[in-house]
Amino acid sequence: MGISIAFWILAIIGVMAALAVVLLRDVFRAALSLVLCFLTVAGIYITLSADFLAAVQILIYVGAISVLIILAIMLTREVQHGSTSNRLQIPAFLVAALFLGGVAFALLNTPWPVSSAAPLEPTTSALAGLLFGEGGFILPVEIAPILLLAAIIGAIALTREK
Amino acid sequence: MVGLEHYLILAAVLFSIGLYGALSKRNAIVILMSIELMLNAANIALIAFSRYIVPVALTGQVFAIFVMVVAAAEVSVGLAIIISIYRYRETIDATKINLMKW
Repeated sequence: MGISIAFWILAIIGVMAALAVVLLRDVFRAALSLVLCFLTVAGIYITLSADFLAAVQILIYVGAISVLIILAIMLTREVQHGSTSNRLQIPAFLVAALFLGGVAFALLNTPWPVSSAAPLEPTTSALAGLLFGEGGFILPVEIAPILLLAAIIGAIALTREK
Repeated sequence: MVGLEHYLILAAVLFSIGLYGALSKRNAIVILMSIELMLNAANIALIAFSRYIVPVALTGQVFAIFVMVVAAAEVSVGLAIIISIYRYRETIDATKINLMKW
């Protein structure tokens, strides 16, 4: 019961914040409502008993990615004329609405094999076992730092003064 | 009682909002923010599947961690590209960045 109330509050705030991201004309306010949306998504993770991922969401999205986005908005402030739409506003709305309708139809008419087992809690040690243990996801874990290193070097090379 | 469908509908709504923003905005930073919304919606769907269909296997949560890694790399390179374009062309309007458009 408590989880249902929490889900509905978080879902309504999250959808409102996401709408504010695409509808507000002030880019900085859009970025702030994006941060609010990230926070509510972290709350949604908690209602799904994914405690470690909620902490990671707050650290990476609310902490790092939003700071990067706000920094980029500050750096490009003098050429911004607000968050205006291009000529494709109505087709984009139609595409998004059609996508939403199609996905909602598909997932409401699919008989999901829902399991009634209680979720694992806390998830941190089980996730560590999956990521680093035998027969787990150790190869992607090894590849991910290479991707991050390439991204860091690429970002430095792109923004360096010539 | 909240079930799997509620979370999937929420993920679909967030993804559609992000899709609308990514297709219809001029400002490149707002397009990047919309893409972040879409990645978050995909993460909600992954974790909801993990919670309701395989509650003790946690596979969906591992996938969500890798989505976050790729999202962090994507946003850092994307913002670096935007700042680089801003430095050379004095604009971040996605409709005016048409140097490679045929």
